[in-house]
Amino acid sequence: MPKAKITFEDVEQTVNVPAGTRIIEVSEKIGAGIIYGCREGDCGTCMMHVTEGWNNLTEPSVLEEKILRENMASRHDRLACQAQILGNCKVKPA
Amino acid sequence: MPLDVEARPATEGVDVSRHRESVEIATGVHWIGALDPTLRTFDIILRTANGTTYNAYAIRGSQGVAIVDTVKIEFSSEFFARLETVARYDEIRAIVLNHLEPDHTGALPELMRRAPQARLYVSTRATSMLKALLKPKEEERRFVYTTVGTGDEISLGERTLRFLHTPFLHWPDTQCTYLVEQQVLFSGDVFGCHYCDSRLFNDRVGEFRFSFDYYYAHIMRPFKQHVMDALKLIEPLSIKMVAPAHGPILRDRPRRYITHYRELSTSSLAGAICNKEKTLIIFYMSSYGNTARMAEAVCAGAEERGGVRVSLYDLEGGEIEPFVDLIEEADALAFGSPTINGDAVKPVWDLLSSLAVVNLKGKIGAAFGSYGWSGEAVRMIEDRMRGLKMRIPISGLRVKLIPTDEELEACRDFGCRLSDALSGGKNEPAVIDFADLA
Ligand SMILES: Cc1cc2nc3c(=O)[nH]c(=O)nc-3n(C[C@H](O)[C@H](O)[C@H](O)COP(=O)(O)O)c2cc1C
Ligand SMILES: [Fe+2]
Ligand SMILES: [Fe+2]
Repeated sequence: MPKAKITFEDVEQTVNVPAGTRIIEVSEKIGAGIIYGCREGDCGTCMMHVTEGWNNLTEPSVLEEKILRENMASRHDRLACQAQILGNCKVKPA
Repeated sequence: MPLDVEARPATEGVDVSRHRESVEIATGVHWIGALDPTLRTFDIILRTANGTTYNAYAIRGSQGVAIVDTVKIEFSSEFFARLETVARYDEIRAIVLNHLEPDHTGALPELMRRAPQARLYVSTRATSMLKALLKPKEEERRFVYTTVGTGDEISLGERTLRFLHTPFLHWPDTQCTYLVEQQVLFSGDVFGCHYCDSRLFNDRVGEFRFSFDYYYAHIMRPFKQHVMDALKLIEPLSIKMVAPAHGPILRDRPRRYITHYRELSTSSLAGAICNKEKTLIIFYMSSYGNTARMAEAVCAGAEERGGVRVSLYDLEGGEIEPFVDLIEEADALAFGSPTINGDAVKPVWDLLSSLAVVNLKGKIGAAFGSYGWSGEAVRMIEDRMRGLKMRIPISGLRVKLIPTDEELEACRDFGCRLSDALSGGKNEPAVIDFADLA
């Protein structure tokens, strides 16, 4: 299975994950500072900033786009409960 | 033109329990809140010996009236009665919600019905919660709101409200609102306390310092980092009055309370322990001394490596509260428990269920213990620590009954590895494999 590296900049921790893993699954286990609410892409609480590898995440769904808009997301913000890791990337809490 | 905040027309001998009128706390700024003197428990986690207040405010400008926060639903009639003494509903232009918790938004739906032209102002984090709160039916999905962030302003003519984005104090959508010309900070729950006194002002009410600190300890403490961030926005402001959503209005030396928040949010031990050193605390409980001997070996192993300050505590000899303080400051925690009737021992659970007031995220956890036949304790403690969002980089260590020299050596090694995990990790991000995380 293809692997990818995701770095959580706030806790300075990099994890080697199978491609397709949702960021929430990893960040919770290592205790990165991304905070979760509903976990289903509705509340916007888990908004995070992608500092590198923006294109190495799955495209945001229409729903996620809407929530990001509502929460005044800046350009490279995503919801950690929605984005799946496809290739190397770096993230931090928004 | 600077406005006069000093004017306190109605403050001599205020007793709001005797009437249902508003109280002008600064020129054009009115308290329109409610008293809840019989409340004893709040949000399950808080107690109060004399109730609380729900403070709401009306600010009048030449171009309309703004309402800051409302009250808990049961107190709506008191709120509306006071509001009606200062403004007509059709004058209300803006309703500012400093956070959406029901104790401040209970009267909101009714207020929106009475003042349908008023626009809501909430923080950028509040949108989805606002919808969940108001549950608008399809046909009435037309309520208007504006999300605001730090620096955004609304003008009421000669009075301007400016917003400060202060998330997680204590809800994700928390904001503070600053009345620029008169230097009044409407701070929401921040700087508030559950203390009900009809004399309203901090220089008139009874002794409320305990309630202020208690409120901080239970509501704000888990979010210390966010408090520090918020203080960066609040401290540079000139402030003549802090008008919180609960408890006394702080008009006498308001700066003291802001400074006090910084003190409460700053680590008290940080100065005593070398900054570069990581700290590991080992807690244990032991009936026959088996887990105790393991704990000593783990401690010795962790110290061997240097760079980590290790402390060893027997849970039998301590109280929960000071341990919670220690845990808040520590970088890593190890729990040693024997297995008794298929479970870890109660003092361990007592401590592990008392940590809601501190932020554990990202701390390292470890568990060990002696057992007789089934040995469930270690795994259960690890699961609990994971549930508390701690990391468990080294998987737990169990010893059957009395530890042998070899097993004590394994405990020592466990301590060494724990210490390495603690002093490594930073600076150079080590890559861990996802499969090793679970
Ligand atoms: C009342 C009692 C119940 C126990 N229940 C269990 C159990 O359910 N599973 C198990 O593995 N060991 C059980 N044990 C055995 C202890 O875990 C074992 O004696 C252990 O070495 C005690 O360690 P300590 O000296 O650190 O307390 C039990 C012991 C006692 C006294
Ligand atoms: Fe609140
Ligand atoms: Fe509140």
